[in-house]
Amino acid sequence: MTQSIVVQVGQCGNQIGCRFWDLVLREHAAINKKGIYDDALCSFFRNVDTRTDDHGVDLQKGKICSLKARAVLIDMEEGVVNEVLQGPLRDLFDSKQLITDVSGSGNNWAVGNKLYGGQYREQIVENFRRTAEHCDCLQCFFVIHSMGGGTGSGLGTFVLNVLEEEFPEVYRFVTSVYPSAEDDVITSPYNSVLAMSELTEHADCVLPIENQSLVDIVKKIQQMANSGKLGSFKPNSLLTSSKGGVNDSEKPFDAMNNIVANLLLNLTSSARFDGSLNMDLNEITMNLVPFPKLHYLTSSLTPLYTLADVHVPSRRLDQMFSDAFSKDHQLIRADPRHNLYLACALMVRGNVQISDLRRNIERLKPSLQFVSWNQEGWKTGLCSVPPVGHTHSLLALANNTCVKPTFIELRDRFHKLYRKKAHLHHYLQVDGMEQSCFTQALSSLSSLIEEYNQLDATKGIPMQTPDRLNIAL
Amino acid sequence: MSIVTVQLGQCGNQIGYELLDVLYNDLSNKGGKCSARENANYQAVCNERFFNEDESGVPLSRSVLIDMEPKVISQTILMAAESGKWKYDHKSQFSQKQGSGNNWANGYFVHGPKHKDLIMDLVRKQVEKCDRLAGFFTIMSMAGGTGSGMGTYVTQCLRDAYPDSFLLNQVIWPYGTGEVIVQNYNSILTLSHLYHSSDAMLVHENDIVHKICSQQMNVKQISFQDVNKVIAHQLGSVLQPAYTSEGATRYSRNPLGELMESLVPHPEFKILGLRNIPQMSEHSLAYSTFTWQGLAKHLRQMLIANAKMEEGINWQVRPPSRPTSERTLHESELLFNTSLANLIILRGQDVQNFPLEGFRDPALYTSWLPPDDACSVWKTPRSFNKYDKSAALVSNSQGLLKPLDAIIGKAWNMFASKAYVHQYTKYGTEEETFLESFTTLEQVIASYSSL
Repeated sequence: MTQSIVVQVGQCGNQIGCRFWDLVLREHAAINKKGIYDDALCSFFRNVDTRTDDHGVDLQKGKICSLKARAVLIDMEEGVVNEVLQGPLRDLFDSKQLITDVSGSGNNWAVGNKLYGGQYREQIVENFRRTAEHCDCLQCFFVIHSMGGGTGSGLGTFVLNVLEEEFPEVYRFVTSVYPSAEDDVITSPYNSVLAMSELTEHADCVLPIENQSLVDIVKKIQQMANSGKLGSFKPNSLLTSSKGGVNDSEKPFDAMNNIVANLLLNLTSSARFDGSLNMDLNEITMNLVPFPKLHYLTSSLTPLYTLADVHVPSRRLDQMFSDAFSKDHQLIRADPRHNLYLACALMVRGNVQISDLRRNIERLKPSLQFVSWNQEGWKTGLCSVPPVGHTHSLLALANNTCVKPTFIELRDRFHKLYRKKAHLHHYLQVDGMEQSCFTQALSSLSSLIEEYNQLDATKGIPMQTPDRLNIAL
Repeated sequence: MSIVTVQLGQCGNQIGYELLDVLYNDLSNKGGKCSARENANYQAVCNERFFNEDESGVPLSRSVLIDMEPKVISQTILMAAESGKWKYDHKSQFSQKQGSGNNWANGYFVHGPKHKDLIMDLVRKQVEKCDRLAGFFTIMSMAGGTGSGMGTYVTQCLRDAYPDSFLLNQVIWPYGTGEVIVQNYNSILTLSHLYHSSDAMLVHENDIVHKICSQQMNVKQISFQDVNKVIAHQLGSVLQPAYTSEGATRYSRNPLGELMESLVPHPEFKILGLRNIPQMSEHSLAYSTFTWQGLAKHLRQMLIANAKMEEGINWQVRPPSRPTSERTLHESELLFNTSLANLIILRGQDVQNFPLEGFRDPALYTSWLPPDDACSVWKTPRSFNKYDKSAALVSNSQGLLKPLDAIIGKAWNMFASKAYVHQYTKYGTEEETFLESFTTLEQVIASYSSL
């Protein structure tokens, strides 16, 4: 089986990363009762014998000795990473997996990307190489970062470049948290647009997440839990609450970060566990990315209660599929139902069969618009292992033009600042940062938006079938 | 004579397992509603065909298991071992860590050449265990990357290494919607390449088999296992021993060769379809009786109306009355499915009562092959897999024109926008290769249409 390395950059990236490690450990603990280091565990963890020496020797099979996360933690301040090292997950990481500084990036993409990038390049490369050496078949890097700040967006996208140069064969999946419109970081539009152009050029696939959507989803889950008729908290599921988890006091962002962590969990479940229709990570890009730059995938996770600990009487299976296409279940504020689909993947876990999938695709298809050349753009996966404590779940990934408004809004907010050259000098005083970086990033974003525009323009126009080849008999 | 089965990719390995399980269960079925001597012969031939024995006398399947990721193969081998009846030779498998990612080019240009030596070595070891080799039966899907890309590559290697052996490819035709988005690209690349290296392609369409599961087998929540079991049953009904000529006293030793001889009279026509009758749930089977006359009537109408299952046959369709000349065809004649060749395989008591005249009607066939040559019959008094009487019809006909045309149409449509093409050029499949594949298959369509 293959392995993946999680690269968490900046405060947001590290917080989500830690929720991910908590959840993935508990998922494996629930499935792997005997405590054997198996192939599934191997995909995110090393099994190390720490008794022999500090470096630890990788153990291939047998009992779990000491698990080490296949992760690289990067932050330019120490706060979050130190918290991790003092917290219950500390044994998962050793100091060699960390790259930290003390002074932060001051919400400045240029500081993260140009200054720290240059300064820490060698250390970063060295760290990746070492982590990669422990894998016998490294398939994917999962970069987790936010777009609005300085470290996540600047250094995060620098890291992405390094990965492409050093490991061209390994996939780069990026989970990017986009700032809300009322973000408190004034320069977030700059940072996001500068980061976007790097994502467009150097990522294989980007999963955009919006904070506001996470807030809304958390609210919805709380309403479900509090409405009484939907039941009580469930102690044995993959909790998002404090019960059973590693952290005793829940922090405000934990519930939101858990949703993103669940996204990564479900995205990789079919690669880790058995199923009657496996869906490996490399199949995601193959099926969902028709053109190299259009690799932004919206995601939704249903049923929502699998993201929390509420014990809810299970609803009809078909509802799970319907919800996955509704506006309020998307992890970014977008409405796929009223926009154009380029492709769509349904990754199902648990007790669901191919006939359930087929029935629901047939049912939902008429209400969705697909691009003319991909009228049957559905990819499906069936993983037999459900999320802990639940019977089934669905992750829907869509390549849909509904991401466009988010990008346009970002561009508008960028323009507002850029027109007045506001805060520009903070960027331009960083070595290697020039005004052309801004104009290039802007034109890259505009041409991306234009690509979506062109696809949207085909909506509703009757399809013209190209003439087939003629055979002379 | 023995057949070496090559199982490729997730689909190929899952079906391969179900097929061998059907074959073994049928083989060990005591009595088989025929004389003890007949049954013993049948068992001996089936055994030689598909199994050899390990040191402790457990039947080992003559299979090579190939996949680019480990999960499916390890599960398949485990399931066979746990059946307590037969096993896979655990040395006869090849898997890697990372799958082909639904990319034909990755399977064909990268994984194939890279692992050729090891795979062909495994094949050679199985071949060496056969006293006489009848040929290869390769099971693969067209949708994914390993079955389609590697399957195509391995078929070419088999053709090079065993130029005199017969190659039959079992090709699983993906659901019209919802398995793999690039399935139409993978399919046209697979079919066009197999057209050059395989002797014949036996096609099963998932959509049809799914319908059989729901409408005839009465399965409520259909799983891939249900689908695969139906395919395995259909394949078993062709591959199990039968007498291939009138008055033969021993079972055919060369099933693949005789199959090709009956069904592939011209290299331009290599796509075979399979129909079975009866097919129903065990529960209904207990309350049903069949006559050969009844089965023959239904099977013939399934053939001419191009119905792939017994449920919902269009009984209006009839052969065009010759000569058709310039006269416009009646609607019921337009739907008529012209055959190039048919092979009827009958299993059960009193098979001699099966009326063959309907299948030897010249009106069913293209003009350039005499009906006597175009229609072959294999028989055995031994019943097959729970059915006292059963009939299978393998046909080389226009039956797959429509699905083939649809797949090419969809792929062409996508190709015109250049969508996904970059994923293929990355691994060495150039646009030129796509065009050649389209040309090959348009030619196939033209040929079948003019039957």
